[in-house]
Amino acid sequence: MSTTLLDRYATARKALADNWANGPIWVKLPIVLALISFCFYLPYLNILPFAQIRTDLGAGGTDWSSVLFLIVIYMIAAVGLNVVIGLAGLLDLGYVGFYALGAYSVALFGSPSSPVTEAIARKFDLSEGWAVPFAACIPIAIAFALVAGVILGAPTLRLRGDYLAIVTMGFGEIIRIILRNSEFTGGPSGVIGIPKPPGPEQDGRDYFNSLDVHRWYWLALIVLILLMFAVRRLEHSRVGRSWLAIREDEDAAAIMGVPAFKFKLWAFAIGAALGAIAGLLFASKQGVVEPNGFRLNLSFLFVAMVVIGGSGNMVGVLIGAFLITYLPERFRGFEQWRPFAFGVALVAVMVLRPQGLVPNRRRAKEFEDRRHEAKEAAADV
Amino acid sequence: MLLQLEDVVLTYGKIEALHGLSLEVAEGEVVALIGANGAGKTSTMRAISGIRGLSSGRIVFDGVDITKRRADQRMRKGLCLVPEGRGVFPGMSVRENLDMGAYTRRDKAAVAKDFERVFDLFPRLSERRKQTAGTLSGGEQQMLAIGRALMSRPKLLLLDEPSMGLAPMLIQQIFTIIAEIAHQGTTILVVEQNAQQALSRADRAYVLETGQIVKTGPGQELLKDPSIREAYLGVA
Repeated sequence: MSTTLLDRYATARKALADNWANGPIWVKLPIVLALISFCFYLPYLNILPFAQIRTDLGAGGTDWSSVLFLIVIYMIAAVGLNVVIGLAGLLDLGYVGFYALGAYSVALFGSPSSPVTEAIARKFDLSEGWAVPFAACIPIAIAFALVAGVILGAPTLRLRGDYLAIVTMGFGEIIRIILRNSEFTGGPSGVIGIPKPPGPEQDGRDYFNSLDVHRWYWLALIVLILLMFAVRRLEHSRVGRSWLAIREDEDAAAIMGVPAFKFKLWAFAIGAALGAIAGLLFASKQGVVEPNGFRLNLSFLFVAMVVIGGSGNMVGVLIGAFLITYLPERFRGFEQWRPFAFGVALVAVMVLRPQGLVPNRRRAKEFEDRRHEAKEAAADV
Repeated sequence: MLLQLEDVVLTYGKIEALHGLSLEVAEGEVVALIGANGAGKTSTMRAISGIRGLSSGRIVFDGVDITKRRADQRMRKGLCLVPEGRGVFPGMSVRENLDMGAYTRRDKAAVAKDFERVFDLFPRLSERRKQTAGTLSGGEQQMLAIGRALMSRPKLLLLDEPSMGLAPMLIQQIFTIIAEIAHQGTTILVVEQNAQQALSRADRAYVLETGQIVKTGPGQELLKDPSIREAYLGVA
């Protein structure tokens, strides 16, 4: 029963994907635009069973927009991690490190009360309350992430598979522990007073404030759409082709003249930058960061989003990010069951659909080949 | 000399696979390297193509010492390997695999011509240009791997066991095509277990035993050598 249902899903999905791939642009464009408009409208779509999110802020109140915002932030991170895992085929278990770097960049340079800005202000005799403006924090965060990506990647990308996973996992923890123990990062209590994006004042309040959360959601959504567009362009470029070759067979790629190391480093750095952007937006909305917000389990969640959704497939990754962020928020009432449900769901996906819910066309093929090889090997014995 | 190996030593951990191997390939030659399982044939190919670094020794290609160069840098110098077990990109189509062969080339017009040349050599690939490489038969994958290497216009084509796992009819066909490629002017170094085919087609051959060259000479001569006949051709 379950397999027939699964098969039916698989064929229906494939048919839809093929139709979409072969569809003419004048059909696709309106659909995409309608979908995007719908996403922008979502904060107002108060269908209660979906939007009823219990929060600790107001008893019985809903914080639908905040959940939407978080979903989009994690979608940005998942799209970034997908570059590393789905496109270049590198298992990065320390992605939270880059997310934290982005968050702390805007916190340390943008907040007037952070140890870093205070030290700079003292050194150069700047006025009280001096800080780097929000807009300038964005390139700082990206630069930090790129550098961190290269510093982590340069020595470790010569490792393959599981070894790389373990080293990156260590990296994620190292970042958190440094943030926790260094006096320059505010120690365990973190940093407060993180700047918000500038905007026209409305009703006597800043444009981006903690009450009108839907604006944050819109901002994140715009960033997500732009980044998706950029990643898609990259995927279909020479860089994307090099990643594909490396992922399928690294030795063969090298034999064909692909400088594997260079392109893997690029994937790492680009993924890191996207993670940092997600972290930056998150920290800016939150207004506060503290090291415990960047624990290792967030890394695992990011990986789970990519893998469950279908690594290498942008739509799949978005769906994965949505499910893994939305469901726990929606069913907050069953909090103590969360890890259990998550584990069961993960095992179920790996057993029933190891290629993910919406797999990448080539990835699905790779899985099929490997399964075929395993069968042949078993038959030989 | 197009390619020179001098006292090449290659190790896997503590195991030494090649102990001081030397060989030469001149421009325009077809050179065969024959040997039994585990003699170090594939290790030799890995050493030359740069997939594995050397412990000691020197490799000179086209007048340049390439010992310290990476695999992709060696490829840009005109050295292209057809790996053992094909090594095609399984998720890419035939056409995309061939595209990867032309990865380092910028001369689009000449690349288009080379597509035609490859499809002329392998009509089967032409029929299947949109098919995914992973779904091709073993023989077709071998053809694709050779075609892909040709797309890079190598000065030296390295073939690692092109006959492995193929039916006798196909082996014949693959070797005929290899002869055709050589005839068109590409230098070839081929590693083979199928000594009969390799020796009869090669200008010169080396016999490899436990990581060292034990015999060398013209292909036809080695074909008549009694010790070779006994060890590799199964006739006393």
